[in-house]
Amino acid sequence: MTARRTILGGMLGLALAGSTSGFALAQEAVKVGLILPMTGPFASTGRQIDAAVKLFLAKEGAVHGGRKIEVILKDDTGNADTTRRLAQELVVNDKVAVLAGFGLTPLAMATAPIATQAKVPQIVMAAATASITEASPYIARTSFTLPQASEPMADWAWANGIKKVFTVVTDYGPGIDAETSFANKFKTAGGTVESVRVPLRNPDFAPFLQRVSEAKPDALFVFVPSGVGAQFMKQFVERGLDKAGVKLIGPGDVVDDDILEGIGEVAQGAITTHHYSAAHDSPANKAFVEAFQKANPGMRPNFMAVGGYDGMALIAKALEATKGDTSGDKLIAAMKGAGWESVRGPIKIDPDTRDIIQNIYVRKTQKVGSELHNVEFATIKDVKDPVKARK
Amino acid sequence: MRAETIEARVRQALYAGRRWHPAEIAFWLLAFAAYLLFPRNLLLLNEIAILALFALSLDLILGYAGIVSLGHAAFLGMGAYAAGLFAKHVGADPLAGLAVGMGAAGLLGLLTSPLVLRGTDLTRLMITLGVALILYELANSFGSLTGGADGLQGIMMGPILGLFEFDIFGRTAYLYSLSVLFVLFLAARRVTNSPFGLSLRAIRDNPLRASASGVPNGRRLAAAYTLAAAYAGAAGALLAQTTQFVSLDVLDFHRSADLMLVLIIGGAGYLYGGLIGAIAFKLLQDVIATLTPQYWMFWIGLFLVLFVLGGREIIHGAVQKAAARFARLGRGVGR
Amino acid sequence: MLTILFDGIAYGMVLFVLGCGLSVTMGLMNFVNLAHGAFAMLGGYVAVLAMQRLGLPFLASLPLAFLATALVGIVLERLVYRPMYAKSHLDQVMFSIGLVFMAVAGTDWLMGSTQQFVRLPAWLQGRFEIAGIGIGRYRLFVIAICGFLAISLQWGFTRTRFGSRLRAAVDDARVARGLGIPVNRLFALTFALGCGLAGLGGALGVELMGLDPSFPLKFMIYFLIVVTVGGTSSITGPFFAAMLLGVADVVGKYLVPQVGAFIIYALMVALLITRPHGLFARARA
Repeated sequence: MTARRTILGGMLGLALAGSTSGFALAQEAVKVGLILPMTGPFASTGRQIDAAVKLFLAKEGAVHGGRKIEVILKDDTGNADTTRRLAQELVVNDKVAVLAGFGLTPLAMATAPIATQAKVPQIVMAAATASITEASPYIARTSFTLPQASEPMADWAWANGIKKVFTVVTDYGPGIDAETSFANKFKTAGGTVESVRVPLRNPDFAPFLQRVSEAKPDALFVFVPSGVGAQFMKQFVERGLDKAGVKLIGPGDVVDDDILEGIGEVAQGAITTHHYSAAHDSPANKAFVEAFQKANPGMRPNFMAVGGYDGMALIAKALEATKGDTSGDKLIAAMKGAGWESVRGPIKIDPDTRDIIQNIYVRKTQKVGSELHNVEFATIKDVKDPVKARK
Repeated sequence: MRAETIEARVRQALYAGRRWHPAEIAFWLLAFAAYLLFPRNLLLLNEIAILALFALSLDLILGYAGIVSLGHAAFLGMGAYAAGLFAKHVGADPLAGLAVGMGAAGLLGLLTSPLVLRGTDLTRLMITLGVALILYELANSFGSLTGGADGLQGIMMGPILGLFEFDIFGRTAYLYSLSVLFVLFLAARRVTNSPFGLSLRAIRDNPLRASASGVPNGRRLAAAYTLAAAYAGAAGALLAQTTQFVSLDVLDFHRSADLMLVLIIGGAGYLYGGLIGAIAFKLLQDVIATLTPQYWMFWIGLFLVLFVLGGREIIHGAVQKAAARFARLGRGVGR
Repeated sequence: MLTILFDGIAYGMVLFVLGCGLSVTMGLMNFVNLAHGAFAMLGGYVAVLAMQRLGLPFLASLPLAFLATALVGIVLERLVYRPMYAKSHLDQVMFSIGLVFMAVAGTDWLMGSTQQFVRLPAWLQGRFEIAGIGIGRYRLFVIAICGFLAISLQWGFTRTRFGSRLRAAVDDARVARGLGIPVNRLFALTFALGCGLAGLGGALGVELMGLDPSFPLKFMIYFLIVVTVGGTSSITGPFFAAMLLGVADVVGKYLVPQVGAFIIYALMVALLITRPHGLFARARA
């Protein structure tokens, strides 16, 4: 058996060495396995990231560090078993140098062991639970974490006279993250928090919102996955909660740029904290939004798109730093500490946790011209993921 | 005197059923040889083997006992979570985990079997569906135990028998799943070709007459249901162990629906139907998903509709004609 | 708490309209039609499109949803459902699941997978208070419409000739044929009516339950519960079953949010164990 394993190991080593050997294969394309939910309830995430990746390759070109980046797109329909199988096939059959995408926490978690076993960097462009980067030493994240966005919300709420908050979150990784980090920060500051969790499948907000209106809090903190925000907002207004003086606060997922216009007037006045708004006032962002809308008419880029765009930028920068060497260890080492000015603001990949350090903005949803936008009015600089920072 | 002759004839028939047809031997040889023939597709082959075992378990109750179930995924899920939790918290030995998975699912089958014995086909459909949905919600609610919507993570499997490590290529996984399938298949073959199996078929065809002849309907059906549940639990355990991940999807309705489709394609009631159906379904799904990654569900649905409307007769007719020609060829050579 | 009860009743009413068509169809044609949800979804999308593309007001889109779905029902019954009557239940179930898959994927392709919304007219938005109970205007509207439908259906079922012929055909199709009742035509009309009601229910439900391509799969279990618990030989059975279901679902989620959805299934299993033929089914000879 050991002989067999040595042979296997030797073959694997040879294969890997062959794929990364220098000059003879220097012009071979660097394959990036992009696994996204292109169909199913989270298809909007997949669409946004796919569009952003294509935009990056069009704008910045596909050649970096002397190698050409080739993206292989696979649809996992939001199903973790499928993601895992696709990741395995991409690594074993297509010999990708990098895995990227991962629209939800379970999808990223299911792939982590494969990244570790095969020593392939895994770039998380969308999923937002804090513990993801700890699942494998080869994971780097370019999206955000819910605690990163939720704790500043607690600070802002307390500083602005909100004393009693009711939290409504979807019952899965990011939702629980958002609820716990917000509640802990807010309670430490002196406020009171009541919480309820909504199931991920078939959310029906009416009974939960009824409880909220009976509790009469100063504010309602809400987190629902991107795409479900509209339904929630309608129910919020239908129940008369906005007229009862309950402020709507939370991470920016509920006023996702992708659907903000579709939500309509009811979203006005919501205060949210997030790492990106399409209305972010910088020349780079304005150019980005324009190019994005030109390439995808009718679509406005949201935070998912930015995660995808910056994920590709990270891969490109790492390739440039390693001068085209695609060995997993070298790429991940190059990614640690990489920082640049993104369209969302300045970002950096934390060398200790491989998670993203970025500005968090407090925004208000209001009309800009004829469209609804999340207008930033306060900035908290260089926020690290607080959960890991405390460890 | 006459009773003894009948007994002797029945025994002869049973023994005849146990003999191995050359096509069967070829089938299993090919299955094991696939390990060498298709080294790049071992992950897919592993999934086929697991699905085949799952379909075999449904065939035991649907094809042989006539119980319709829209919630067989409940047992798949029970086996998967049991094996996964065992590996995570107790011990990483795959075979022990397999036993735990089968036991847990079998127990669930035994406990729910009274529910399936009453009412009409429609009631049974609803109750089995309801049980599967309840299990889904339970798994969702006890997130601290099962990982909830995020799935059960951190399952590390030890080597099988202390010798064969699970690798990223799926080599160990496929041989493991295939071996388990083969062993359980042998057992199922023996059971269905026994007096017990015959009594099940009698109950399926005419329950009133069977019970009038002294067959304890309730007990037999419950036993068959428990056995089938244990088999489905084995498939679930294999799934958890070979992918080292369990998510709520294992209890989802589409698992049960896909399973029925598999059995319909292959045909119920002769054990190989599930295996053949599993191969056909997975290949079909893989091909379609590669062609149209977004809308493959449409083509599967279309296939299903056409198949049931008349396609089945056409396909079975063609297969029969081909088989007959094959047989005549064999006879010709023999002469 | 009473507000929640009111919400539950509204929800139950929509479930009734959605489910009663399935109930009568199943009782009459003995056909397990899991694709019923797809017709509901069709009605929802017709209403949404009528409002968005044709600019129709909300009230006008409702009868359009009914008619369009009924029409599709007639065509499908003729073309695809008829050959299936003689087949086994298992085949019928698989056939209807196949239709659902096609409907879900087809809608995803045509309309995309995002949630669809209806813009309600101003007089249907918001809520008002009566004796401490918050009454949503739209929910009140839904209760009124569905209540009216329930009463007319019950009246039509029990007091018209069509109704008595239908009941006869449900009880025993062969004898009904022998009496000269055109059972086949009855099938087609009833199926169309059932589909139309599903479409109307789908249109009404967009505001309450959301609308996206996975609607038939998400709510299939609810319709089936209404039918199995309520029985297939009356209108009152599914009505009470739908009420029970709607209230239990909403109240359950309110009182015990963690296990809200689980209550429905447990309730259904419990009911089916004690009364395997449904709450209101008459004992068949």
